[in-house]
Amino acid sequence: MEDLKMDDEEALCAETWLRPSSGNSVRQPNQPSFTNFTLSNDQPEWEDPSLLDYGVRIGTSFSKYSFAPDQDGQSLQSNNSNSKRGEVNQQINEVLKIGKAQDWDPWAMLNNLSFLEQKIHQLQDLVHLIVSRKDQILQQSDELAMQQQQLITADLTSIIVQLISTAGSLLPSVKHNITGPTAMAIGKHRHISEILCNSGLGLDATNISESHGMGPNVANQVEPTGDTAPSHHPLDEPELKEEDDADEGENLPPGSYEILQLEKEEILAPHTHFCTICGKGFKRDANLRMHMRGHGDEYKTPEALAKPNKGNSSEAMLLKRYSCPFAGCKRNKDHKKFQPLKTILCVKNHYKRTHCDKSYICSRCNTKKFSVIADLKTHEKHCGKDKWLCSCGTTFSRKDKLFGHITLFQGHTPAIPLEEGRGVEGLLEQGETTGGEKNRIDQSINFSFNTESHNGSRVQNIMDMKGSIDDPSSYLSPINYDSFNEFSRAAFDDPDGGFSFLIPGSCNYGQKNGGQSCYSDL
Amino acid sequence: MKKQKTADFGQEHSPELHHNLFETLSEEIIFTILDFLGDNPLDKKSFSLVCKCFYSIEASHRRALRPLRTEHLPKILSRYPNTVRLDLTLCPRVTDTSLAAISSSSCGPSLRSIDLSRSRFFTAGGLSRLASECVNLTEIDLSNATGLRDPGAASLAGARNLERLWLGRCKLITDMGIGCIAVGCRRLKLLSLKWCLGVGDLGVGLVAVKCCELRTLDLSYLPISNKCLPSILKLPYLEDLVLEGCFGIDDDSLSTLKHGCKSLKALDISSCQNISHLGLSSIVSSIEGLQQLTLAHGSPVTAPLAASLKKLVMLHSIKLDGCSVTCSGLKAIGSYCVSLGELSLSKCSGVTDEAFSFLVTRQKQLKKLDITCCRQITDISLAHITSSCTGLTSLKMESCSQVLKEAFVLIGQRCHFLEELDLTDNEVDDEGLKSIGRCSRLTVLKLGICLNITNEGLSHIGRSCSKLVELDLYRSSGIAESGIVAIAQGCPSLEMINTSYCYGITDNALVSLSKCTKLHTLECRACPHITSLGLAMITIGCKQLTKLDLKKCNKIDDAGMISLAHFSQNLRHINLSYTSVTDLGLLSLASISCLQSMTILHLKGLTLSGLAAALLACGGLAKVKLHASFKSCLPQTLLEHLQARGCVFHWRNKPFQIIEMLRRIGIQPQSLSSFNSAGQLAISAYSKVVDRASTVAKIFGKPEAYVMIELKRSVPIAFGGTRQPAVYGELASAGGLRGDVNKKLSVAVAAILEIKLSVHKSRLFLKFYDTKAS
Repeated sequence: MEDLKMDDEEALCAETWLRPSSGNSVRQPNQPSFTNFTLSNDQPEWEDPSLLDYGVRIGTSFSKYSFAPDQDGQSLQSNNSNSKRGEVNQQINEVLKIGKAQDWDPWAMLNNLSFLEQKIHQLQDLVHLIVSRKDQILQQSDELAMQQQQLITADLTSIIVQLISTAGSLLPSVKHNITGPTAMAIGKHRHISEILCNSGLGLDATNISESHGMGPNVANQVEPTGDTAPSHHPLDEPELKEEDDADEGENLPPGSYEILQLEKEEILAPHTHFCTICGKGFKRDANLRMHMRGHGDEYKTPEALAKPNKGNSSEAMLLKRYSCPFAGCKRNKDHKKFQPLKTILCVKNHYKRTHCDKSYICSRCNTKKFSVIADLKTHEKHCGKDKWLCSCGTTFSRKDKLFGHITLFQGHTPAIPLEEGRGVEGLLEQGETTGGEKNRIDQSINFSFNTESHNGSRVQNIMDMKGSIDDPSSYLSPINYDSFNEFSRAAFDDPDGGFSFLIPGSCNYGQKNGGQSCYSDL
Repeated sequence: MKKQKTADFGQEHSPELHHNLFETLSEEIIFTILDFLGDNPLDKKSFSLVCKCFYSIEASHRRALRPLRTEHLPKILSRYPNTVRLDLTLCPRVTDTSLAAISSSSCGPSLRSIDLSRSRFFTAGGLSRLASECVNLTEIDLSNATGLRDPGAASLAGARNLERLWLGRCKLITDMGIGCIAVGCRRLKLLSLKWCLGVGDLGVGLVAVKCCELRTLDLSYLPISNKCLPSILKLPYLEDLVLEGCFGIDDDSLSTLKHGCKSLKALDISSCQNISHLGLSSIVSSIEGLQQLTLAHGSPVTAPLAASLKKLVMLHSIKLDGCSVTCSGLKAIGSYCVSLGELSLSKCSGVTDEAFSFLVTRQKQLKKLDITCCRQITDISLAHITSSCTGLTSLKMESCSQVLKEAFVLIGQRCHFLEELDLTDNEVDDEGLKSIGRCSRLTVLKLGICLNITNEGLSHIGRSCSKLVELDLYRSSGIAESGIVAIAQGCPSLEMINTSYCYGITDNALVSLSKCTKLHTLECRACPHITSLGLAMITIGCKQLTKLDLKKCNKIDDAGMISLAHFSQNLRHINLSYTSVTDLGLLSLASISCLQSMTILHLKGLTLSGLAAALLACGGLAKVKLHASFKSCLPQTLLEHLQARGCVFHWRNKPFQIIEMLRRIGIQPQSLSSFNSAGQLAISAYSKVVDRASTVAKIFGKPEAYVMIELKRSVPIAFGGTRQPAVYGELASAGGLRGDVNKKLSVAVAAILEIKLSVHKSRLFLKFYDTKAS
């Protein structure tokens, strides 16, 4: 049985290795950094970015597993957790074998395997604990029981998640078609996904439902996976990204909600929904359902297309809150002043913003960096419009914000962009009466000359240049003024001789050259 | 003889003293002498030319400079190293180079005040240098720097000690520039932002936050709203706030103001059309120490508005110019205000005898009263004013034409403290003037368009009002030579006189006026009998002459200009339109280095090249009014050169006004043909007749809008066997033409024509039509 399975999988894998997945190549442009990760690193250390890549893969498959029950319409209530676990382990081993078969780095493999072993042991212990607690729960007070239950559940979840991600990392890192084949390989084995789903997230629910079968809180505690899974993956909308801060003020008593903690690999996965048939990834479950229609008529039924959790929405559920996997973070459940995150999306955005490199650089200003692409896009909408600048270097998109800032801080003053003032007020003599672009150009030209030292030859040069500009208004620039003024005074000192030139029979002043020669005569 | 003796004495005993006895005077004495010298720069100049010692002492004593040209700035500033005030209003062209020269000169660090309000061509660079190097600068006037942008304003921020700053009409400065100033110049006490249309709430708000020492703030015509008002009113020392024409401020915003400004003494909210008595009462209730309130051109003055002033116990002055006023409003002001010293109801509509009389009987402490154009006021009001407000120092009652001439006698009888009296366009006659002569403190007297006064009345004034400084006789055609002579003899301190359109003025009047050595403004427009001889006497006697209007004095010619050029070195403005001045005269004016403004329209003897030469030669010209036809004739390069110097050209396209002038001097209309070139001829009197429509309307008792006047010209009329000027008129009316009305009308029309067109009433034929209204 196992051999057969293995053969199947191998064959599948081999097949998929050969041809690159179309889904991946489509996704790639949207996620430029994703390829960077995969290209640059091969060393499988835990903090290494290459793991993020694996994480992504695992994350995808994980999310798919959790999604699987929707399609299958199976109830997980009847599954026995112990037997499930065995199966899970089995399946993971299989996966490991696949990984082994096509591995390139034995050291990394060893590391990962030992980690897996450790985790499996932990998992076993936990499940034992749950089993043993079945009896105690009945005797304890409801609240305490619930708390402990949640802690255990959360631990369980995290361990399983770690397990899966590590297992995934055992798979060979093929440059471009990583997610595709894995997803497909796993996708072919429906039962694996069922099991993993059950064990990954549905496990706790199963246990609870079993253990609380006659408890008073049954209604609250029972969590059909059909509900749970989609709620982990809300629509990936950028507008929601403020949400991780929105719950600052939320004052839930510790225990009134269930804490979930995802691993960072999960968090960083680009897609959360995967097609069980072709393996294509989607960010939104609705998109996946639309996609599924192409795989056959059975996916076109209203039930298949309906939003999965609609039917159960009337049922009251335990509130879910999320914890950040980063130790020491305020959003981490171990933090003293732990503040939970509301949704998966909040987790994702929080984790990326706070604990990841800011790899998206604004192409316009080349200074602002972001780790969430939606943030970059939002910024790019306004980038360059931050024209309100303070002397301290801070920019503001709104003038009133700048003035508020200046009002607050002593010594800060509005900074005026340099180019704004240059050349415009250089020559006011034209500014008042005439306008227009040409005039402005002339003004700026004159202005630039103004700054230079001006001796006679310089003036001459400028005159020549201005002649070439062919705009009479620039002819008599302020720089020429001094020289003109001299002759104008001279003209008065000797009125008869001085302006005799000005009384020729014909008044040909209109000619530039005529006038100029007159001036130079003086 | 005495001088000779002293000199001999010096020669015998100490030969080195003979060299210069003035050197024995101590500096203090010379300083004191210098302080006694007047404002005339020429006096100081001649003083400094006495000897080397005087020269250097005068140079070191001079604190204020008003240079004519910026070219010599470096030299001037090194000569006067202790200059504190630098007034550049006479230099239309001040470049960055000039400003750099000022900054780097020895007086740069000590310079406290600089006035650039009439100058252009400087930029942010020059200003920043000025601000950074003249560290003690406390006063900068940058009004009219219409090209100044934010960088310029930002460069001002370097002047940390700046206390007074005028930025009127700097329309390109925005909030950013003002923000820089607000942050940089924290010691500002006065800031004028009038017409800085780019400055809004944010900029003003920041100024109010950062410049806590502000005393005076002028925000006229700024697009501000209520947002910046709270921070303005929080200014602890603010005394004077001008919010004229701030349309963004309305009742709602004022009603939200909770805290008032205790220090505020003067508030101007004229032309704020969105502030009614509600807003006023809310703002007024929080400013209890207010002394001056200006509500001109605002909401109607009603009883509730006046009631809101009740809380202002310190209120001393109210200006309600141009408001519509109700009876109850005026009465309420009379009864609520405790002690008004100044009241202005100029151009208010609805001021009636009853309400106004009530007001003035309550406000006996009134010192200044302005009832210009309150046309409903009659002698009753005047009687009340004079009987209750005997301490009046200023009374302006232009165009109170319903006040009978007998009433003006009361002014002289009762108000002996009057210093300023404006009776323009009133019925006052010689009797009135005789009585007004008793107001011996009178310094300003305006008698324009007073058609009833003659030389006799004016000589009473001349005999008794020896302190007279300003006299306006515009179009008071009864005034001729002897009246002016009396004034000139009796009022030695006369500084301004306007005798325009007093056709009887002759050279003798000018000769007598030349004894008024302080005369600086002489306007004798359309006095056809004065000649260059009279003008020459004026130029010799009145060295201070700065403004001269000789328009339509067609006997003035080049000789007058040459004497002007020679003697009137202080002349700044001249109007030579329609005179006989030619190229030569115009060119000779170029030697007046102060000459800034010239109006030369319709000079027959002026050639194009002469004009060009004169324009070039007058180096300090800032404003020239020329006929538009010259615009195309003058070489473009010349115009540009002049503009680059700082000269602004005003092109006028008025046609040649000739009939009136010719008739005045007795030229027959037949000879008109020589001037009447293709429609250039127009009758200027037409407009003057038209503005008399009010007279016709008054007689009919109908609004002016129902009166139409048509004037036909160029119709040859022979009347009474001669072709002397004559008028044939037809008056049609839909009802209202009765025998008595007709008489009145013909008298009125005859009077108008005689005054305006000098057509004798015997040569007027009027035909009256009475039509039925359709």
